[in-house]
Amino acid sequence: MALLSFDTLKQLASVSPREALYQRLVTPELQELFARIPKPVGSFGYDPWGYNENSALLGLGVVKWLYEKYFRVEAHGLENLPARGRLLVIANHSGQLPMDGVLIGYALATNPNGPRAPRAMIERFFPTVPYLGNLLNSLGAVIGDPLNCSKMLEQEEAIIVFPEGVRGSGKLYKHRYQLQRFGNGFVHLAMAHNTPIVPVGVVGCEETMPSIANIAPLAKLLGIPYAPVAFPVPLPARVYLNFGEPIMFDGPVGDEEEVTARVEQVKERIRDLIDAGLKQRTTVY
Amino acid sequence: MGNKKTVLVTGAAGSLAKRVIARLHGRYNVIAVDFRRKVETDADVPSYKVEMHKRGFEDIFRTHKVDAVLHIGRIFAHESDRMRRYNANVLGTKKLFELCRKYGVGQVIIHSTYFVYGASAYNPALLDEDAPLKASEVTQDLVDSVELESLAQIYLWKSPELNITILRPCNVLGPGVKNSMSLLLSRPLVPVLMGFSPLMQFLHVDDMADAMVLAFEANKPGIYNVAPEDWVAYQDAVAQCGCRRLPVLSIPPALPKLVSTLLNWNAFFPPYLVNYFKYPVIIDGRHFRDTFGWKPKRNLNDIFSYYRKNKLLAA
Repeated sequence: MALLSFDTLKQLASVSPREALYQRLVTPELQELFARIPKPVGSFGYDPWGYNENSALLGLGVVKWLYEKYFRVEAHGLENLPARGRLLVIANHSGQLPMDGVLIGYALATNPNGPRAPRAMIERFFPTVPYLGNLLNSLGAVIGDPLNCSKMLEQEEAIIVFPEGVRGSGKLYKHRYQLQRFGNGFVHLAMAHNTPIVPVGVVGCEETMPSIANIAPLAKLLGIPYAPVAFPVPLPARVYLNFGEPIMFDGPVGDEEEVTARVEQVKERIRDLIDAGLKQRTTVY
Repeated sequence: MGNKKTVLVTGAAGSLAKRVIARLHGRYNVIAVDFRRKVETDADVPSYKVEMHKRGFEDIFRTHKVDAVLHIGRIFAHESDRMRRYNANVLGTKKLFELCRKYGVGQVIIHSTYFVYGASAYNPALLDEDAPLKASEVTQDLVDSVELESLAQIYLWKSPELNITILRPCNVLGPGVKNSMSLLLSRPLVPVLMGFSPLMQFLHVDDMADAMVLAFEANKPGIYNVAPEDWVAYQDAVAQCGCRRLPVLSIPPALPKLVSTLLNWNAFFPPYLVNYFKYPVIIDGRHFRDTFGWKPKRNLNDIFSYYRKNKLLAA
């Protein structure tokens, strides 16, 4: 008797709480937008780097709230992003957690001029972390191996790269908006694969997790790149993304110095875009 | 018999070799060899039970004028201890190459495995044939696979007249297949590492047999990955095969290996393969597909449905 009534009750509720949450996150509009993303996948929705279309769609639903409500992102220059074809999106890195990557990714995925499946290059230790490694892969992130990047560009993917790496994301609050050393790899890849570079200036992520110090011994102990002394949850700072015009570099080059000069050129553009973002900003939080 | 080429197939008792023999039968004179038992074959297919690193093996080459060898047979880790496996797989293959040179065999196909790349967290996806073979870094138990490969590669340049083709397939599955992955997915309850579901590639054994025959008939020596252009996460594959999941704690990393050892999961989830259930080893099969114009005829669902149906029948 008790069983019967339980079943009846279950039938009375039209959808389970889990289903209801999913439907709230993944709205029909989002699904429609997602369907426009040109992304080839295999018969179970995976691509060779572990991207999964169901996870990516759900991830987009979750980030939508972060993007619109929490960080209240303002994106400018989205028309500079090509709707198709290989692409390197190069940005400044900040804020301890890769929130900037997530937000740029969402901007790419929801670009009204042509949505793209964003890919990101992540630290090599991530795959060793249970759950997190698989989750990041399923959303489109891969370890930052040059072979991964080459093959992705050959398959016309749009890749977000932070050439500062942990030097940028782990820097202290007192160094905010000071660009750290850029790696040269992205320019080599852009030239080798004839890929346009779209520079991005990110403003606001520095203020999401201001760090006053880095406990290097603790980081070493845990096997992570840095251990910031900061508020443990990202603060709701307003974020401004400024996308610049695509830059093309022709190869080959004479020596590495020429590559470095080109990297500096991109860095200069990003500096301008950050300045533009700082001017747009009227209030930090 | 006439002008038909004579092809020697090793590992004849295995499901892949059986299929290869069936495809070659009639068009070629086939000789079946296996170390396990004398295989029942059609009337015109001579069959031998012989260990390759033993002396009796040479008699086959004395009796028959062998034109090509399809070396499929290998002792799996769960079939024998490390020493015997090394003798059979590495020394046996070396003996095979020497006999091929001595008796003027014009073509050798080596059946290797994607395991040779090693399951490392730092692997990029879509590994090319020239990626380093890191399997022996991970475990001693795969040393024989890697050494068999390096041996074949030495002969590839040392004896170009042997026309060696090395095939590195992804996971081969299907009716009758008795490798670790197939034994695993045939079980009702299978171990999965908590928090890890690496991407995998699967190939139907019939498609692999087609690939082998194609590589033999086209004769384009070299090293080739053999894999379809489709990918699925391990835990999805487990569910698709109708298996229930048995979560195993994945940290500390030594724990799943210990569990596997203690519970004697050697045949289907051996300690030395644990990393392959943790990190993806995705190979790029484009070189083989482009060179030989090959495409698998069966998709992932065809492959998984065999395991699913078998479980329904057993229930």
